[in-house]
Amino acid sequence: MSGTFLVLSTFLAAGVEGIEALTIVLATGITRGWRSALLGMAVALVALIAIIVILGPAIALIPLDALRIVIGTLLLIFGLQWLRKAILRASGLKSQRDEDAIYQREVAEMKAQPAPRTDWTGFVVAFKGVFLEGLEVAFIVVTFGSSAHDLPLAALGAGLAVLAVIVAGLVLRRPLSSISENTLKFSVGLLLTAFGTFWSGEGIGVQWPGEDLMLIILLIAYGLLSWGLVTALRRREAQSAAPAGGQS
Amino acid sequence: MRYVTGFFRFWYDFIVGDAWEVAAGVLIALVVTAVITSTALQPIAWLVLPIIVALALAFSLYWLTRKR
Repeated sequence: MSGTFLVLSTFLAAGVEGIEALTIVLATGITRGWRSALLGMAVALVALIAIIVILGPAIALIPLDALRIVIGTLLLIFGLQWLRKAILRASGLKSQRDEDAIYQREVAEMKAQPAPRTDWTGFVVAFKGVFLEGLEVAFIVVTFGSSAHDLPLAALGAGLAVLAVIVAGLVLRRPLSSISENTLKFSVGLLLTAFGTFWSGEGIGVQWPGEDLMLIILLIAYGLLSWGLVTALRRREAQSAAPAGGQS
Repeated sequence: MRYVTGFFRFWYDFIVGDAWEVAAGVLIALVVTAVITSTALQPIAWLVLPIIVALALAFSLYWLTRKR
């Protein structure tokens, strides 16, 4: 493996993992607050650095599949819970006004406090996403670097990928913040469900066709399913409201 | 004892919350898929997991809205 090819390979492989982590941090930050998302990301990075420093190349011995099962299962449960709420809101079965009132009250409470509270769900989701993907980047560096007998060059490729992903995150943060709240929660629910399915599946031995590309297929499939469920719930709600003479 | 109960209650509320059917659906999906991966049906295991997850979501919505 030549030096250029090694840097390019680790850059691309680490870039894919980095984009997955970035997606989760951005989605969590926008919907649950940047404080929790960035704190989760920072703690995950510190934990990763500690593991890498302590274990070094022995990091390849960590049971990644077990981690994928635990993290994937939790993301899948959180994702489905968020998706369920977003579907109920989109179909009109969960009152937008109640949600708005809760949101306004939370904003007022946060303004009244000297320091904003940490949202632990946001923290945990961001932590898990960055920790698992970061661990995978470390695995890529160790495996690619060891096979090419050049660990520093493999680390350089991964480092450049992480830098590129951070820049992309800073650029994307503002435009994503202007999207409506329920649309974002819908998207985050879909993303977490897709990632959760993918990782937990990998952990229990599922061979995904197309590997990481399957994430996009899962996103589309869950998106179509959610759209179908919103439509069905709206229709059912309209039918049950009609005989009652427009009950609100 | 109070702290032990409180510890488990915290994690139950944090992970399962008010959607036990979602957590149960995910567990069923993973167990069924894990069993399938160790049989001759392994090549179709990738289809089974998302299908059961989708059914769990649909069931959860049905369960929640049937009380209305």
